[in-house]
Amino acid sequence: MAVYVPNPYLPEIGTVTEVIPETPNIKTIRVLLRDPERMKNFNFRPGQVAQLSVFGVGEATFVINSPPTCKDYLQFSVMKVGEVTNRIHQLVPGDIIGVRGPLGNGFPYEMMEGKDILFIAGGIGMAPLRTLLLFMLENKNNYGEISLIYGARTPQDMCYRYEIPVWQKRGVNVVLTVDTEAPGWTHRVGFVPTVLSEEAPSPKDRIAIVCGPPIMIKFVLFGLRELGFEDWQIYTTLEKRMKCGIGICGRCNMGEKFVCLDGPVFSMEELQSMVPEL
Amino acid sequence: MSRLRLTQEGLTEWLRRLGNIYTLYGPVLTGSYHEFKRLQDPGEIDWDYSNTRLSPKALFLPPAEKMFVFSMDPDDPERAILKEAPKDFGPRLVVGIRPCDAYAMKLVDRNFITPQYRDPWWEKRRQETVIIGYGCNDPCSTCFCLSVGSGPFDTKGLDVLVIKVDGGFSLSFCSERGKKLLRREPLGARALSESEERSLQDRRAHAEASMPKFWDEKLVATRPLLDIFNAPFWEDIQFSCINCGTCTFLCPTCWCFDIQDELWQNKGCRVRLWDSCMFPLFTLHGSGHNPRSQKLQRVRQRFMHKLKYYVDKYRNGVACVGCGRCVQFCPVNIDIREVMRLMVSHCQCSL
Repeated sequence: MAVYVPNPYLPEIGTVTEVIPETPNIKTIRVLLRDPERMKNFNFRPGQVAQLSVFGVGEATFVINSPPTCKDYLQFSVMKVGEVTNRIHQLVPGDIIGVRGPLGNGFPYEMMEGKDILFIAGGIGMAPLRTLLLFMLENKNNYGEISLIYGARTPQDMCYRYEIPVWQKRGVNVVLTVDTEAPGWTHRVGFVPTVLSEEAPSPKDRIAIVCGPPIMIKFVLFGLRELGFEDWQIYTTLEKRMKCGIGICGRCNMGEKFVCLDGPVFSMEELQSMVPEL
Repeated sequence: MSRLRLTQEGLTEWLRRLGNIYTLYGPVLTGSYHEFKRLQDPGEIDWDYSNTRLSPKALFLPPAEKMFVFSMDPDDPERAILKEAPKDFGPRLVVGIRPCDAYAMKLVDRNFITPQYRDPWWEKRRQETVIIGYGCNDPCSTCFCLSVGSGPFDTKGLDVLVIKVDGGFSLSFCSERGKKLLRREPLGARALSESEERSLQDRRAHAEASMPKFWDEKLVATRPLLDIFNAPFWEDIQFSCINCGTCTFLCPTCWCFDIQDELWQNKGCRVRLWDSCMFPLFTLHGSGHNPRSQKLQRVRQRFMHKLKYYVDKYRNGVACVGCGRCVQFCPVNIDIREVMRLMVSHCQCSL
């Protein structure tokens, strides 16, 4: 009998169970796979992604931002930028959505054990870090101090605002910042790289995980290096236009590496030896 | 390896018999150029052709193909459930493919059939297709297969090799599948005589001698990636490129594709279409950011993919088979042989 090899292009059917508006242009959706067995066995690493399908419009790639232990739903945060994401923003609970995943490599959290962890996020860049943050909180004994510097343009552009107090209660040292003064804002004001320099975390036994818009990443890297962080201590997760998600269709490459397959998580050390087509 | 000799009539008759089992494809003159077509009869094959304008990759990766179909009818209980679109995976025999093109399909196999993921449609079509190649007695002036790990009589991608000889054809098998095929012995076949074998070897030597050799794979393979990536010669190469994508569509080893959903009333399909790294849209993010927004970046991507990224990834040769199609049909005369020469001479200079 022939061995059944699943078609890697065929999405599984899921149902949207909840839609959480995060910001004026970001929504979080929770999806339950229709096949309960598959839902139970949907194992992934923090940082892995999935292709979401809205049938008739197309597919796009999003990071799975619920922790791997959560078997009640898969969560995705989606910023409205194009056709697929516009359609995703119209979904309501009960709607059908296709899910293809998990794809990609995920964060190498094993090598981060025993170290202090510094998350640096900007805007929607918080989404991929949320999974790892929650995962690490569930395994808190394996990690040292966990801190987060999170910036957004305005207070209204900040994702997961409702959760941040919970994270703080669970021991995360949180620094929030917005680009400009806003009424009622009691946290920091200024760009993420500036706040990073002010906070000046020590590079000793610490891993920095960065995600945000390219310009933020660029200046955060300057900042981290200035503080003495070495390239192997810095991780980021990349974005690309993707189609197949399995390293075959050819568009998300950086040199010989495919972001969908060999990434999206890379250390700065790896990125230094790759072609700079970010 | 023993060769059989038979007349053109004998060969056609043999193929006709095989046509009872296989669907036949072969090079047919269509308008002013040749293309691989489904044959009603093997007599349609033009054995005097040099090569097809389009590579035979479309036989395995159609330019546009429905992957899945689905219904969007709100009353349909199967609404939005993707079902595989019907495809013909019956046994096929492709006759007259040039050795370089057949070898190209093997190079592309490495992309579509990986330890981690297997493209079901590519794999199935490859499995169900027997390839009868046609050796090149008279390579074109743009051919350079011998420089890139193939050759005018390369058997790596073939099941059976046909070579034109005086007054007929020689046939030999190159794989187990080909061996089985030749067991249905062609009528009127006899073994190639010693003098005929000698004359065949002479032709072969003559064809190979006409081929340029200018590529130094080891030199380029051992050169650091970023050194070649940042080399100044890309500026000169990209200057005249108009990003038309002709090279990528003609190339037997360009496999990149796009996936799109199409909707008509309540019926939808997910299609896959040939795509090209020459187009800015290929890599354009939803946000408007584009990692290869510049023409130079796109031109460099295509050549680097074939001549460096592929080599570094698989450690098994370049992703070019020297068919020369891109050289012949580039509207602004960009010549991959020249790119290769520039790469080699760049790598000859010390770091």
